[in-house]
Amino acid sequence: MWENLFSEGKPGALDRVDGKQKVTGAAKYAAEYNLGNLSHAVLVESTIAKGRIKNIDTKQAERAPGVIGIIHHGNAPKVPGYDTGDNPAKPPTGGEPFRIFQNARVYFAGQPIAVVVADTYERALYAATLVKTEYDKDEHETDVEENKDKANRPKGPRFEDYVRGEANAYKTAPVKVEQEYILPIEVHNPMELHATTVVWEAEDKVKVYDKTQGVKATQKSIMDAFKLKEQNVQVIADFVGGGFGSALRTWPHVIAVILAAKKVNRPVKLVLTRPQMFTMVGYRPYTRQRMGVGATMDGKLVGITHEAISETSTYEEFTEGTVNMSKFMYACPNVNTNYKIVALDKSTPTWMRGPGEATGAWALECAIDELAYALSIDPVQFRIKNYAEMDQQRKLPWSSNFLKECYEKGAEAIGWNKRNPKVRSMREGDWLVGYGMATGTFGAGRGRATAKATLLADGTLLLQSAVSDSGPGTATAMVGIASETLGLSPSKITFDLGDSSLPPGPTQGGSTTTSTLGSAVYDICIALQQKLLEVAAAKEGSFLKDAKFEELSFKDGAISRKTDSAKKISYTEVLKQSNLPQIELTKDSQGGDERSKYSMYSFSVHFVQVHVHSLTGVVRVKKAVTVADAGKIVNKKTAGSQMIGGVVGGIGMALMEEGIFDHRFGRYVNNNLADYHVPVHADVPHVEVLFVDKKDPYTNPMGTKGLGEIAIIGFAPAVANAVYHATGKRIRELPITPDKLI
Amino acid sequence: MQENENCKNIKASRRDFFKQSSLLAAIALTPSAVINAAQQEWDEKVASAIEEVSVQLDVNGIKHSLSIEPRVTLLDLLREQLHLTGTKKGCDHGQCGACTVHVNGNRINSCMTLAVMQEGKKITTIEGLAKGDKLHPMQEAFIKHDGFQCGYCTPGQIMSAVACIREGHADTEAEIREYMSGNICRCGAYPNIVDAIMEVKKGGKKV
Repeated sequence: MWENLFSEGKPGALDRVDGKQKVTGAAKYAAEYNLGNLSHAVLVESTIAKGRIKNIDTKQAERAPGVIGIIHHGNAPKVPGYDTGDNPAKPPTGGEPFRIFQNARVYFAGQPIAVVVADTYERALYAATLVKTEYDKDEHETDVEENKDKANRPKGPRFEDYVRGEANAYKTAPVKVEQEYILPIEVHNPMELHATTVVWEAEDKVKVYDKTQGVKATQKSIMDAFKLKEQNVQVIADFVGGGFGSALRTWPHVIAVILAAKKVNRPVKLVLTRPQMFTMVGYRPYTRQRMGVGATMDGKLVGITHEAISETSTYEEFTEGTVNMSKFMYACPNVNTNYKIVALDKSTPTWMRGPGEATGAWALECAIDELAYALSIDPVQFRIKNYAEMDQQRKLPWSSNFLKECYEKGAEAIGWNKRNPKVRSMREGDWLVGYGMATGTFGAGRGRATAKATLLADGTLLLQSAVSDSGPGTATAMVGIASETLGLSPSKITFDLGDSSLPPGPTQGGSTTTSTLGSAVYDICIALQQKLLEVAAAKEGSFLKDAKFEELSFKDGAISRKTDSAKKISYTEVLKQSNLPQIELTKDSQGGDERSKYSMYSFSVHFVQVHVHSLTGVVRVKKAVTVADAGKIVNKKTAGSQMIGGVVGGIGMALMEEGIFDHRFGRYVNNNLADYHVPVHADVPHVEVLFVDKKDPYTNPMGTKGLGEIAIIGFAPAVANAVYHATGKRIRELPITPDKLI
Repeated sequence: MQENENCKNIKASRRDFFKQSSLLAAIALTPSAVINAAQQEWDEKVASAIEEVSVQLDVNGIKHSLSIEPRVTLLDLLREQLHLTGTKKGCDHGQCGACTVHVNGNRINSCMTLAVMQEGKKITTIEGLAKGDKLHPMQEAFIKHDGFQCGYCTPGQIMSAVACIREGHADTEAEIREYMSGNICRCGAYPNIVDAIMEVKKGGKKV
């Protein structure tokens, strides 16, 4: 098992099981269900960043053709799960969700303050323009730079200042670098607009088609908000058009549609606009980081100091592990970190691909590169010299760590050693050429999941779990794992997902789906084999009577002894001879105490070659090699695509993505895809993906680690380091746009 | 007819809503002629008669005679009225390419054109690309090269890719990248999409 997974016809080389639906337009996303009597919702947004709604005038809008209802704080039904509501005397505290339409407060510009429901989308859209609002406006603050003195350490032990050895020991080192790095707001912008379609099937029973990375989590949020029973809330997400973190939460607009559908007493659909995707579904927060790194003359790290200031909203506390990587990544006796956030009059940020670590790696991996150049040591060699043999923070052995192999593979593939290491030494015509690299890491977690397996008399297997797939290819990976574990052709296996009424599956986030759900699939397949053996052996005269499970081979849909593959019985025959229409099993799965014994991380190393135009400062990524130590790879095709996707996201982060605010008004000036630039075809070269592909002995039965996050973590600093090699200019504020290079 | 059923329900629930809402208070203060007009729903009747125009469209070889508001975009018509949801909405402003369809063989952003402007034209959407169960070579190539992840931009990418070859803009990888740059893929499947297009182009089949 788990060897030669990728040879032809094996599950590791499987095409996506839902590929045909995606290329023919048959795949259904949250806004695409043709329900009878459907009405359309459009949100009205606040035009100020802070204050209270003095008056909201909906008369004209209500008279517009086709309008069915308009709901706002003045007439909205109470959401029973929300607390008592507005208390102007008491400021909101961390962790309280924004209660949509429950009071007159305005917390941010673009806040949904009313929803207009009409019989057609066009009529709702027009009527929404007729809603007139007056405000009592307060002074707002939206700029981290202006307010960084007000930043505070978040509550809880995870965010206490960390000190190992001496604080600020880098200052005592013979060679040191002390710099600040800025990361602007980045916005997820999955291609599918967030959408929700709601049908109340009874007074206390609701069905919600939603763009969510977690159907069970969204179901729970709705149950809590509306005080409904689990069996009376069904959340469907058959297909999810990307998320990157934006669909990890149940956002207030989802609650608004559920409210609206109840009030107008018919199904309602809401599709956010692209500008609303900037204010209503989170973003990666602006972060200023100060790094201090120092080393001995022969290149051993003496100290790392990593401080970060980031932002949150005034109504919720959003935090991420921005400084974590500095604590464990390199062998360094002295490390201190500090993380603060400032509450601003903006919507709440949220996890975006590689949350925390992508931001932290931007600072750490640039600073490490700067130190390597200061020491005149090759940046790859410098990292190898300071390779941590164990987790430096938790003092635990790695479950597996093949970083050194990653460095070697990547350097070889890009031709690292053939470059001229001297800064600004390489040129092709008008273009300066540079090479850079950086490292990424992210925790390899495993959560809890339940899978159900139904083996039918015709030999086909149906697997089910309430997970949703925003793109990585979960069903494909699960079919692969099941095929390899159970010994059944992938063509006979179906994986059902995207429905909260299935056995509870995990939320798709934090690079854990394959570990968590894959383990559940693995476990249920083993349980199925045991059941098959039990049924087969119970039959009078069976050659499997008294056979031990370990002695058997389950291959090509049949059971045999390992010692005698000629004598076998097929799974279908096992069912048939016992007159069973099917075997059905449901099993809960989670890890043991391995997490307290080992430190589990995935690692990535990115190498890039950039061309920087000597006159215009335009940067082009010409080559990218991305190497992952993500344990055993279950499907090389989909895993490769995920790594390429991370590189593309990293190109955006490095060269173009920036949510720009006009702080005078507290709102975005580039909240659309023409002004907020993301990489397009012309920005992306051929990307070479390399996998270490070695089983981790401890993470889970398959030996996988995570992949989605490490694909992007470290890519932006690799580009910045390459730009330095090409030009001799250090850019410490992303994105690296031409104006910063001229 | 289904449509008539829908209309009845729309009006019924609109009335129900206003009965419960604060508008009732406003109506009490309004002159009786206006109340009468509102109760008879004259506004809706007059508005729909004036607002709708008839249009004939050929979508995937099927002729549709429709009565639609002139402000309805081709994209919204396809998705909301014809339920051809393979054509995607990603921005509504011609910035992302997810809504790419063919009109008389040329690729356009269907969000940027009104349905009434397409009178008599032949429209092909992703649903009309395969011949029954037989996938178009571009669809096959996208599956083979894994030219997508979440699948949301995929119909637009495929429609654009087919047009890109037909236009003669798929001779080199660099040219494909340039002429496919109107179709954004946030999952970042670009290199695989380019491989898929190159393969179809080199295969020489008529697309």
